[in-house]
Amino acid sequence: MSAQARGELPLWYSAGLVPVLNVACAFLVAGLVVLAIGASPIDAVRILLRGALGSPYGIGYTLYYATTFIFTGLAVAIAFHAGHFNIGGEGQSLLGGLGIALVVLNLAFLPSPLLILLTIAGAALLGAAWAFIPGWLQAYRGSHVVITTIMFNFLAFGLLGYLLVGPMKRPDSMSLETLPFVEGARLFRADEILGWMGIAMPRTPLNLSFALALLCALFTWVLVWRTRLGYEIRTVGANPTAAHYAGISSKRITVIVMLMGGAFAGMMATNEILGVQQRLIADFTAGAGFVGIAVALMGRGHPVGIVLASLLFGVLYQGGAELAFDMPLMTKDMIIVIQGLVILFAGALENMFRERIAGWIFRKPVEVAP
Amino acid sequence: MTVSAVVMSGIDKRFGAVHANKSVDLDVAKGSIHGLIGENGAGKSTLMSILFGFYAADSGTITVDGKAVSIRSSADAISHGIGMVHQHFMLVDTFTVVENVMLGAEGGALTARGEALTRARLKELGKTYGLEVPLDTLVSELTVGELQRVEILKALVRDARVLILDEPTAVLTPTEVEQLFVMLRRLRDEGKTVIIVTHKLKEIMAVTDRVSVMRRGEMVAHLDTAATSPEALAEAMVGRRVVLRVDKGPAKPGATILTVRGLTVKDEKGVTRVNDVSLSVRAGEIVGIAGVSGNGQSELLEVLAGLRAPLKGEILLEGRPVESAAKNESKRLRKMGLRHVPEDRHRLGLVKEFSASESAILGCHDEAGYGSGPFLDAAAIRRDCEVKMSAFDVRPANPDLKTALFSGGNQQKIVLAREIERDPILLLVGQPTRGVDIGAIEFIHKRLIELRDRGKAILLVSVELDEIMALSDRILVMCAGEITGERTPERTDERDLGLLMAGVRERAA
Repeated sequence: MSAQARGELPLWYSAGLVPVLNVACAFLVAGLVVLAIGASPIDAVRILLRGALGSPYGIGYTLYYATTFIFTGLAVAIAFHAGHFNIGGEGQSLLGGLGIALVVLNLAFLPSPLLILLTIAGAALLGAAWAFIPGWLQAYRGSHVVITTIMFNFLAFGLLGYLLVGPMKRPDSMSLETLPFVEGARLFRADEILGWMGIAMPRTPLNLSFALALLCALFTWVLVWRTRLGYEIRTVGANPTAAHYAGISSKRITVIVMLMGGAFAGMMATNEILGVQQRLIADFTAGAGFVGIAVALMGRGHPVGIVLASLLFGVLYQGGAELAFDMPLMTKDMIIVIQGLVILFAGALENMFRERIAGWIFRKPVEVAP
Repeated sequence: MTVSAVVMSGIDKRFGAVHANKSVDLDVAKGSIHGLIGENGAGKSTLMSILFGFYAADSGTITVDGKAVSIRSSADAISHGIGMVHQHFMLVDTFTVVENVMLGAEGGALTARGEALTRARLKELGKTYGLEVPLDTLVSELTVGELQRVEILKALVRDARVLILDEPTAVLTPTEVEQLFVMLRRLRDEGKTVIIVTHKLKEIMAVTDRVSVMRRGEMVAHLDTAATSPEALAEAMVGRRVVLRVDKGPAKPGATILTVRGLTVKDEKGVTRVNDVSLSVRAGEIVGIAGVSGNGQSELLEVLAGLRAPLKGEILLEGRPVESAAKNESKRLRKMGLRHVPEDRHRLGLVKEFSASESAILGCHDEAGYGSGPFLDAAAIRRDCEVKMSAFDVRPANPDLKTALFSGGNQQKIVLAREIERDPILLLVGQPTRGVDIGAIEFIHKRLIELRDRGKAILLVSVELDEIMALSDRILVMCAGEITGERTPERTDERDLGLLMAGVRERAA
């Protein structure tokens, strides 16, 4: 008897058709909302897609947004493999930004490549440290990470706010920011790199951290599916009692995945702070930590899925910005509605169609044999 | 000419590609006890679920008391006078017996009237059928036998004329089984019809009038119980001749491998589960621990495997102390040669979401053979699993198939293969054949005897008395966390063990 006959659905279905269908549904409902405010859904989709993918400029921005979401998506996914829901990406990213600023502002005399390596390490380290506390509390004190990571998001905002109005504030500025970074602490932009190779590309914020994000995705894949530690992580996530039987310490694994999740979220700041802002500013995460949850859910915790889901959200962000610019009726809030619908259908309602349509395609009833 | 209470004809049911019932016929005579027997997955539960309205049949008809009926839900089934007692009791622990029985028939917003009616009905039924239970006691304080009586009463209060019992004896002591059978005979004599679903041949022989045998979704035989034998039934169930007896020579016990002294274990709620237990297991012998499930055997096994901390007591493995409270003790014990086939393979022994080859390295994933450094070698793990699958005849022999998709027997073989093939010095085995087909039971028993004959020490915990009797060289009986007696299989019988299981200690000594 084949796996399919025993209730296993093929990959093209669960990883291909279902997500596409979910996104299509989201766009359908979003289309109705657009109609309701008196705009043309067809025009809206055209502008959105053209804005996001129609030019090298658009693509650059789309990939720049996607970079951020890959980091925050991986931060959620790695913990999810061990059965934990890390929704502290927002705070962990902020701390990552702080790590970068501390390194650059204190070690600016170092040669550029070394300085950049240290900033990346600093981002990962502080993000991890921020996630360590909820992880440790979950493992050894039973405090639920969902609660503690949310609280740590607020704490991170508070901490950064304090530092940026106080000790780390740029003296000659009204805004909440540090002194600008030295030129050596900047990640090369895609247009610069392509320029050296003789390829012209308009200037966009897309920078080297995109490659770092892809490396992190690859690292996650190898870790989870190809190492002993990944085996332990998946065992704890799928069956904690079996993990106990196998001599795997769930506590240790909990702390490890939270550390890794925090590191991924922290490295998100390399894109925003090191690649673009060149100084630490307040609230630079702009909700990316929460988008990471949707990205991880949509990508089903798999690095490839996360990269694809990040691209989708990159399209929505960049295309949405163009849309708000070109269609006066489509305000910024409308764009958020559309993004929300995609999250709703692709993340939260992920299982709505799965069984039903499987029933039509494979003639498999929803009920399961005892 | 007998009158039929229930006739099911041409019942067909598919779950996707699984053909659970293939045009099955069943005719149950009114006022009889009818046995329905078959291996796991033979389709008997599906058939009964169709009769009780849990599933709708794809085709086929059901007649109750001569009238064709359509049963779409359990409410339909109850209205046609069909009641079901599930294997796992469906009772609310914090309710009294009366409250449980009236559940779903409270008689309005205020419960007083419904309660009075229920109470009167229960008293009457108790007298008629000898089904007496304390009405105002909390269900959590009843014995398992009493719980089952409450379930039967629940069905009778709703005027069930046909009573389906799904594996009714799985959780009972031999004495309680006897009492159940007395009750069932009385129900039959008062005109009720009883259908018993079981895989235990002995019980079929003891209590039924007729028996129907299912195999792989088909009805293969309808027999008068008086005119058949356990061997014939087993053959009909499996489709080939089955040796019910295990062949084994006398044990040649060697050095003592496991010593337990004064072991006491409390659970998370502070209840004493194991009380001052001492025992030893020698190389080359199988020590069986008999007892009704829930009498401390599970906790004993977990402590011995290093998974649970004891309150006090001493455990020595080859003279070296076992410290179950210590971190990573199960890992250390594994290195010392202790292997453990857990009682509950789904909870402890396997990860259902993993492929078979991944489940087959659970607890051994840090061994050198499965990779180098931090990395796992998927190809090596696969090859290793293929070898184990062929040695233990796991079907389908596909290491990439998800663990959840194997049948219970084949999942159990994966666990056994993993633990036995590591050449343990001591093997702890809990319920090795729970939910396993007869054919696979034969195979598993043979493997355990083989291991014993290679000079390994085996501690077996099982609620199946037949299994304990067949495999053990020494039998310890546990009741309420204490060892109530020790026997050798030659010098005991089921009655004797049953008394010990019920806590009746030996007079002598």
